[in-house]
Amino acid sequence: MIRFAFLAFVAMSLFNSIQTHSGDEILKKVDDNMFSETKIAESRMVIHGRRETRTVESKSWQRGTNESYTEFLAPARERGTKMLKLKDMLWEYSPSTDRTIMISGHLLRQSVMGSDLSYEDMMDDPHLPNMYSASIVSDDTLRGRECWVLDLKAKKGDIAYDHRRLWVDKIRFVPLKENLYAKSGKLLKTVDINEVMNVQGHWLAKSVLYKDVLKEGEGTEFYIDTVTLDVKIPDYLLSKAALRR
Amino acid sequence: MIRFLLKGLFRDRSRSLFPFLTVLVGVVLTVFLHAWLTGVISSLIQSTADFSTGHVRVMTRAYAKEADQVPNDLALLGIDTLIAELKHDYPDLLWTPRIKFGGLLDIPDEHHETRAQAPVSGLGVDLLSKQSPEWGILNIQNAIVRGRTPRNHGDIVIGDKLAMKLKIEPGDTATLISSTMYGSMSITNFVVVGTVRFGIVAMDKGTMLADVSDIQKALDMQHGAGEILGFFKDNLYHEGRANAVTAEFNNHTAAASEATQAKEASFLPVMGTLRTESGLSDYLDLVDVFSEVIIGVFLFAMSIVLWNAGLTGGLRRYGEIGLRLAVGENKTHVYLSLLTESLMIGTIGSAAGTAVGLALAYYLQVKGFDIGSIMKDSTMMLPNVVRAQVTPFTAVIGFFPGLLATFLGTAISGVGIYKRQTSELFKELET
Repeated sequence: MIRFAFLAFVAMSLFNSIQTHSGDEILKKVDDNMFSETKIAESRMVIHGRRETRTVESKSWQRGTNESYTEFLAPARERGTKMLKLKDMLWEYSPSTDRTIMISGHLLRQSVMGSDLSYEDMMDDPHLPNMYSASIVSDDTLRGRECWVLDLKAKKGDIAYDHRRLWVDKIRFVPLKENLYAKSGKLLKTVDINEVMNVQGHWLAKSVLYKDVLKEGEGTEFYIDTVTLDVKIPDYLLSKAALRR
Repeated sequence: MIRFLLKGLFRDRSRSLFPFLTVLVGVVLTVFLHAWLTGVISSLIQSTADFSTGHVRVMTRAYAKEADQVPNDLALLGIDTLIAELKHDYPDLLWTPRIKFGGLLDIPDEHHETRAQAPVSGLGVDLLSKQSPEWGILNIQNAIVRGRTPRNHGDIVIGDKLAMKLKIEPGDTATLISSTMYGSMSITNFVVVGTVRFGIVAMDKGTMLADVSDIQKALDMQHGAGEILGFFKDNLYHEGRANAVTAEFNNHTAAASEATQAKEASFLPVMGTLRTESGLSDYLDLVDVFSEVIIGVFLFAMSIVLWNAGLTGGLRRYGEIGLRLAVGENKTHVYLSLLTESLMIGTIGSAAGTAVGLALAYYLQVKGFDIGSIMKDSTMMLPNVVRAQVTPFTAVIGFFPGLLATFLGTAISGVGIYKRQTSELFKELET
């Protein structure tokens, strides 16, 4: 009996070991943790430029991963600017000109409000398992949390970051740090999740520091001030008509 | 004696025609090439100064390091005070702010959706203030092809080719999509009131000209400008004075930077001259060397040709020179008479060559030569129609080398006279 229990324990340990050591499985769990059907969030971006620091406030409505609507609330110059993402299309509405401009081509590489985020970053499919295959590189401890360090390799060639390195909290399945690389292996951006919060059973980032390493400056701090998950978002809000309302 | 020699030269054309033609062709080429090079370089300098760097240019130190990328986030701020100081300290220059920017010009349809779009390379210049020197510098009035010049805020003019590509007419609305100095997307409506053609490929491809205050507003850079340009009032580049002004200004700001933190110091103004700012420094030095090389090669080649002609002439005149020596003429006298003849041929050939060269150069100065098709992908500030430029120096640049080449050629070939033995002259003459 003892012998059987021992064998069962070894078998379970091995099974667990295989389970926890699959990078793709960890990535799937991260995805499950982070995504909800809908999300409404109010956020602030504190952008540390080479000359001064600006704060940009916005409210966004997100349904699934393909539809989102963002309205900028501050500063005064940006107030009323709206952004709409529908599948692989992105539009920006400027209230001062009453123009809706489709963001495509090289405009996608432009910074969002002068931050360290580009429009291209917003267009990436946030479901990482769809885009990357993952493998575990090592274990690490970050801000007192045990983490897996995952190497993510793009499954397709036409995405912004060919390769990512992701530090994932072993208990909460929330990323705590991410390095984004070009195909050449050059580090392009770093993302540090400095604070997380639990919202309706999901562990989400609350305070993030984005840094475009090719830009001078101290990066962009991103704060989620309020977030509500799984609430109904009216269809009209996720349409081009909403931009000029 | 001179009349005697001249008569000899005119009557015996085999003695004078070939050296004369050689000198003529050489001098024509030298004069023409010099005028052409001077014209091309002057056009390049003038266009670069007018459209790009001014005679001197003030920027922040950080902007200056990346000036090719037009980093408006590093622009000068508080330019009104700075321009007032520059006007006070250097009243011999005209000071004017400029903002260079890039972006997309988007043409809306009746539903405010994009109908057409093209990249633009824009210039914000002072168009609306009464004392603006830009009208004269950029010659905007003469560059208008259709419509009118900007008179009100929100007016812009764009390249005529660009307008045709976007299918817009004067009076149409165009939206500039660019980036503010803080990196946000900037979307601003303008009214295209006219189209322009500056005759410079790099400018005409996708140019957009707007008042600097409109661009300050569009790019969120109130009281800011990427650059402040200084132009000498006669619109000629005076390198010595430009260097002096630049050194004085930079010494003054260097003293201020010692009392400033590193980050703030990088936003202190710094001045550069046309030569350093345009990136033309090495090019202009190369052209100077090239001009000297042309003259050197011409002198060398002509001397060789004329030496050879002298030797041939010497052989042909072997009997004549032998007879002159036989009847008692001094070798030095014969040698000097040949040199005098060469100086005469050189003078006449050089004068004729200079006249023909100047005439050709002047023709090209008036008519110009259209190199637009060659320059279609160029980013150089060179006009499509390049002209030669006749200067006082052009008139003398070929003359003296022409004279010297004939003289040297004869001097070398004539040395053979001293090798003739008087005792053997009659024997030579008998055969």
